[in-house]
Amino acid sequence: MALSSSYSPTADGVPQDNAVSPTLSVRPSLDAVLQKWLHNWLHHGLRLASVAVCLLLWQWASTVHLNLGLITFQNVPSPKEVLQAAWALAQSPRLLSHLSASLYRVFAGFVVAALAGIVLGMLIGRLRWLADVLLPPLELLRPIPAVAWIPLAILMFPSSEISMIYITFIGALFPILLNTIHGVEGVDARLIASARSLGSGRRAILTEVILPAAAPSIVTGLSIGMGTAWFCLVTAEMIAGQFGIGYYTWASYTIQNYADIIVGMLFIGVMGMGSSALIKKLGGLLMPWYLLQR
Amino acid sequence: MTTTEKFGKVDIDRLHIELGEGKHRFEALQDVSIAIAPGEFVCVLGPSGCGKSTLLGALAGHLRASAGSVRVDGAAVDGPHPDRGLVFQHHTLFPWKRVLDNVAFGLKMKGVARGERHQRARDLLKLVGLEDFEHSYPAHLSGGMQQRVEIARVLINHPRVMLMDEPFGALDAQTRLKMQELLLEVWGRIETTILFITHDIDEALFLADRILVMSPRPGRIIEEIKLDFARPRGPELVTSREFTELKRHCLALLHPETRVVPLERLSPLGAPDLTHIQFAI
Repeated sequence: MALSSSYSPTADGVPQDNAVSPTLSVRPSLDAVLQKWLHNWLHHGLRLASVAVCLLLWQWASTVHLNLGLITFQNVPSPKEVLQAAWALAQSPRLLSHLSASLYRVFAGFVVAALAGIVLGMLIGRLRWLADVLLPPLELLRPIPAVAWIPLAILMFPSSEISMIYITFIGALFPILLNTIHGVEGVDARLIASARSLGSGRRAILTEVILPAAAPSIVTGLSIGMGTAWFCLVTAEMIAGQFGIGYYTWASYTIQNYADIIVGMLFIGVMGMGSSALIKKLGGLLMPWYLLQR
Repeated sequence: MTTTEKFGKVDIDRLHIELGEGKHRFEALQDVSIAIAPGEFVCVLGPSGCGKSTLLGALAGHLRASAGSVRVDGAAVDGPHPDRGLVFQHHTLFPWKRVLDNVAFGLKMKGVARGERHQRARDLLKLVGLEDFEHSYPAHLSGGMQQRVEIARVLINHPRVMLMDEPFGALDAQTRLKMQELLLEVWGRIETTILFITHDIDEALFLADRILVMSPRPGRIIEEIKLDFARPRGPELVTSREFTELKRHCLALLHPETRVVPLERLSPLGAPDLTHIQFAI
């Protein structure tokens, strides 16, 4: 095939068809930029104010020992006490041990769940017979709450550390698995057909088409799964141990150290939110094309 | 090319295709026989749902013949192959690959090294006038530009036959005209047979060496029209007397007195899939 390079469809002066890129053609004016900036700050301000109002309500309810009959704040520590307890924990050298123990359990369970969920999800999404074989038992296991797994986890695994990792694994597995299946099944048949017509074999279809096409859905699953892994942490660390944020929370309850319970809860919330956001951010960096489409 | 033997000869012999399952099964193509010479540009013209895309799907190797045979250069078609490039109407570029990697995809599948496949992809992007957009993602391009990338992506495999399923159907009239001229220009430079599916009479008359008109479902070839308009063809052709006469003739063929209920659109991948199961999260 001899290709001459002289041809150019725009050489005759006819404008290039339609818009090129919205980011290239639209240059916002200073006014619009200012307005957007103000708009953003309004949103952030409103969100911060909402958190502040909640904290104030909590402070007020706990200082007046609010008793509404059905719900009572008599034994609820105030935000100030919680803050003091958090500060004390932050000063203590135990915090690092608690955090690292929990991070290790959550991430170990999460990584195994991610591998298992993505691989199984891809296969189940592609192979109808495998879906028939694997989905019924998986659907049966899915509604079982993590706390119900504790006795079996202790019986099944040689060490309590592995039992705990198993609990976070079970928590993270299902969102990842189901989102992967959903993503794989949603792949446009024409993309697969195009790839086959361009010479792709079965393996290339999986790695070059199915995996990237399902990636946005998989990332959503990973982000939810990360949240549920933290969600199961207290349950996991009820099994045993001396360290871990979940253990700390549970131990504080058994010794009636109420402010510390809330500190533990907040730590779990912040860590869970942070690591979910991290997954989303990483997903966005790996899939710059995805944001363009919407 | 200097080889004496020319590639891209298509022989379709008494092809029947049935689609769908159980009681939804229907005959999409009925006794279709077509012979296409190497390098010929053939348009298949027919109403919506007549089975012209089914014909294309069979040639691409995505659909199986219920009876009859499909051969390209003597070899029976039994599955998709890069020798038979397929271009859909739109949105079939890989959205996660930049333009250059989309075009180079066929070479990657052949195991060609990165540097070489990029160089050859650049040559093709130049041919379709998109050399400045190699780093863009498809979502950044207009519909017309995406179809140019699509054509370049298929051409990189040096296909013997290019199968085009209403490739310009989703474009506005102005862009479509430019794309038709571009396609003729490209086809004039490389040697490939083109089978082009359309329901647009003007498009078929402007592009083809020969038009095959199909009946409503089940699809049969009801007429063959040879076009002797000189090439290269320009926009002035569409206002000529012969052109309008042939157009009137085609209109009469496509819109007979008896109106039929329009049928659901078929794709080269078969009947619209009604059995697809989505899993709830």
